[in-house]
Amino acid sequence: MTQWEVVIGIETHAQLATATKIFSGASTAFGAAPNTQACAVDLALPGVLPVLNKRAVECAIRFGLAIGAEVAQKSVFARKNYFYPDLPKGYQISQMDLPVVVGGAITVQVGQGDKAYEKSVRLTRAHLEEDAGKSLHEDFHGKSGIDLNRAGTPLLEIVSEPDMRSSDEAVAYARALHALVRWIGICDGNMQEGSFRCDANVSVRPKGQAEFGTRREIKNLNSFRFLKEAIDYEVQWQINEIEEGWRIQQATVLFDPDSGETRMMRSKEDAHDYRYFPDPDLLPLVISGDWIARVQGELPELPGQKRQRFVSELGLSDYDATTLTANSEIAAFFESTVAIAGPALAKPCANWVMVDLAARLNKEGREIAESPVSAAQLAGLIQRIADNTISNNIAKKVFEALWNGEGATADEVIDRQGLKQITDSGAIEKLVDEVLAANAANVAEFKAGKEKAFNALVGQVMKAAKGKANPQQVNDLLKQKLAG
Amino acid sequence: MIDASLKQLSQALAARQISSVELSTLFLDRIERLNPTLNAFVTVDREKSLKMAAAADARIASGTAGPLTGIPVAQKDIFCAEGWRTTCGSKMLANFVSPYDATVIEKMHRDAGLVSLGKTNMDEFAMGSSNETSFFGPVRNPWDSERVPGGSSGGSAAAVAARLAPAATGTDTGGSIRQPAALCNLTGLKPTYGVVSRYGMIAFASSLDQGGPMAASAEDCALLLNTMVGFDTRDSTSLDRPVEDYARDLDKPLAGLRIGLPKEFFGEGCDAGVMAAVRAAIAEYEKLGATCVDVSLPNSHLSVPAYYVIAPAEASSNLSRFDGVRYGYRAADYANLDDMYMKTRAQGFGAEVKRRILIGTYVLSHGYYDAYYLQAQRIRRLIANDFVEAFKSCDVIMGPTSPSTAFKLGEKAADPVQMYLSDIYTIAVNLAGLPGMSVPCGFVGGLPVGLQLIGNYFAEGQLLNVAHRYQQATDWHTRRPAGLV
Repeated sequence: MTQWEVVIGIETHAQLATATKIFSGASTAFGAAPNTQACAVDLALPGVLPVLNKRAVECAIRFGLAIGAEVAQKSVFARKNYFYPDLPKGYQISQMDLPVVVGGAITVQVGQGDKAYEKSVRLTRAHLEEDAGKSLHEDFHGKSGIDLNRAGTPLLEIVSEPDMRSSDEAVAYARALHALVRWIGICDGNMQEGSFRCDANVSVRPKGQAEFGTRREIKNLNSFRFLKEAIDYEVQWQINEIEEGWRIQQATVLFDPDSGETRMMRSKEDAHDYRYFPDPDLLPLVISGDWIARVQGELPELPGQKRQRFVSELGLSDYDATTLTANSEIAAFFESTVAIAGPALAKPCANWVMVDLAARLNKEGREIAESPVSAAQLAGLIQRIADNTISNNIAKKVFEALWNGEGATADEVIDRQGLKQITDSGAIEKLVDEVLAANAANVAEFKAGKEKAFNALVGQVMKAAKGKANPQQVNDLLKQKLAG
Repeated sequence: MIDASLKQLSQALAARQISSVELSTLFLDRIERLNPTLNAFVTVDREKSLKMAAAADARIASGTAGPLTGIPVAQKDIFCAEGWRTTCGSKMLANFVSPYDATVIEKMHRDAGLVSLGKTNMDEFAMGSSNETSFFGPVRNPWDSERVPGGSSGGSAAAVAARLAPAATGTDTGGSIRQPAALCNLTGLKPTYGVVSRYGMIAFASSLDQGGPMAASAEDCALLLNTMVGFDTRDSTSLDRPVEDYARDLDKPLAGLRIGLPKEFFGEGCDAGVMAAVRAAIAEYEKLGATCVDVSLPNSHLSVPAYYVIAPAEASSNLSRFDGVRYGYRAADYANLDDMYMKTRAQGFGAEVKRRILIGTYVLSHGYYDAYYLQAQRIRRLIANDFVEAFKSCDVIMGPTSPSTAFKLGEKAADPVQMYLSDIYTIAVNLAGLPGMSVPCGFVGGLPVGLQLIGNYFAEGQLLNVAHRYQQATDWHTRRPAGLV
């Protein structure tokens, strides 16, 4: 049986976080009443002209710098001509031959735990363009409504090389890209509102074959789950087709989340001739070295840089560092925690953020930015573990209490609920003596060579101490007494 | 008053010899009387005009008037003007009332205080050289009503020539100010590309379109141009340059002026009478102290073919917005969306516009783009370089504006190539983005002849000076057509 290899390239439309549109002064705010945020330019009245929004260009420069790409000194806006009711000018202003960003790469972490691996996905280009309006087919009987609020919203179309070999890699790339555009503040990443949407170019080929198979493009995937489901379905569909003796025809398809299937929208034969040509209303976009330097100076520390610093300065593992830089919120939370707990506690801070806190957030479906336990509270908790005030087990109780708002600080919870660890050796010795006296059978077993009996005795002491006795001291004292 | 220059009108208004309302009424009455035969205006709104005139009178009374405040002018119907029907000569926009002002209109109305008498007829979407492609019917040449006034700014030309307005705005994509000026005995100026804002000027070919003044003299053109120019943040191709007074150097002597005569403009293909008038004008310039040098524009024979690739390409895209969805004409009956598009555009556009949309769509199509569009752009650069070379040895280039005088209505309408060739001397100027003028320089068989002046980039002031000195020495520009009372 043929072994199939999957080849995926992704085109992403990221809506840029500018206050106004890319070629007009109208607002880009989401959710306004239809056609209230469309000015003469957006309506394409006779005689109006586009004027490029500088902020949109800055977003593109930020992105180019963040992925180590070339920011083109000169790029050109071109018209993509086609008729559609929500495309007011009858053409979309985009970039074709000379895009603003060329090349670059994003390193992504695929999978989790032991199976995790890193992969570098190369980018072909990123270019600036305007969004179209929206056609509303539902609300008007026998007619379509047109809402031009979205028309002219700035987009950065980010095109990857066909470097991904599984839906997991595709999702990892999309997630990393999503995190990055939010990290550098160029896109709010709101996928429900369409601020970040992906098209996946999918093909399959027999393993070992050098040429790509014929691709089909799945349009407008607006969640990571749909991206994965759509690719998985499409891959299986293509393999089935080929194995049944059919050839794949180049096509554009849509994914239906309800059925979980992709279906054809148009074939290559139906593809438009968009008649691209340079837009004579706009001069070539010239970006000076000074401008790039200024934007560079305003860039935050990037995920890759932060990641390296976590390894070199804080001694974290590669895996931990990658996980903690998955998005800016996690990184910020972790850094705030370490800032209070101190760099010596970076490793436990990492564990708490990645494991305990992440699990608790996940259970409630919350984002880290909405965590009821603050970085300061978590840092306080980790410090009490480190100075032996509480054990790890008790710490989980304290964390839960903080989560439920049962105290302002870890110290307050420990104090109020009397969770402070018993380290007074006299008190522990008293407990040990009582347990040894009451459990003669276990003592006899231990002396007969049954190691397990020791654990039972430790358990009894901890139970008597209500979990608060320092486990190490309990161990040491028990061993001493039993040996004696 | 009907024949007065803008300067004389300005003085009369300032001296309260006449009010703007009186002056405007004079011209509005004349339009009412003569427009039915000339068809120069497609929209007149007496009430609106007189309201503007009254506001101008108030400005004059309060001492806040500019030099042209209160002077009535005609506006080519390609400029969007708030509250005015703006048709661009097309059925597509026959009922379109603009909700906003073009920058030029805003400057003329709000800043300069000029009064608009109405919107002038034009070739549909400025595509034509005879005004015969207008949805609103042809304009008659005031010098001979059986002849065309030229185009596309034919309505503006006829209006000023017949003194239905003291001056007018025009636009020039391939000669649309200069050729009608020549055919109607007017002075017209197409500025350097980027000097006059294109915002609100309905686009034909964006990289070539440029607005400019049409008037009886260079002095009038200078004064009107002063109100039209200026950097505009709403037009990305507008040039940010210091403001200049185009009337300042009008009287500068011409001694030492070097006139370049491109051999390509003095060869075959031009009417002998036109050529004789042009040569006589050049001789007049020599009397004024200028010297002539031979120059060459070796690629100028390529300008018409290159133009008829680039202009239709841009037009095919610029006119896509007229789709029947948001404004303008929409077909009455249609089966579905595609049918609506097709019927709307089939019924809304005239034959010449459709021809150019087809040409433009073809040259931009996959597989033809390199051979046509890119090739034409290369030629465009060669043509621009020819001028750069020529201007190394001369200050201004001269030649005929049009190869013939006004032709008869219908004479060239059936042969588009003959029609296109009537712009053979003007098109290269647009391709290069240079300023160009047409100045009256004689008559052949009772029909006016235009002398074309081409200047270097931003040499509008110099061109106006060169034209003005000639007009001080000659009286061609003062001749008026007979029989229009």
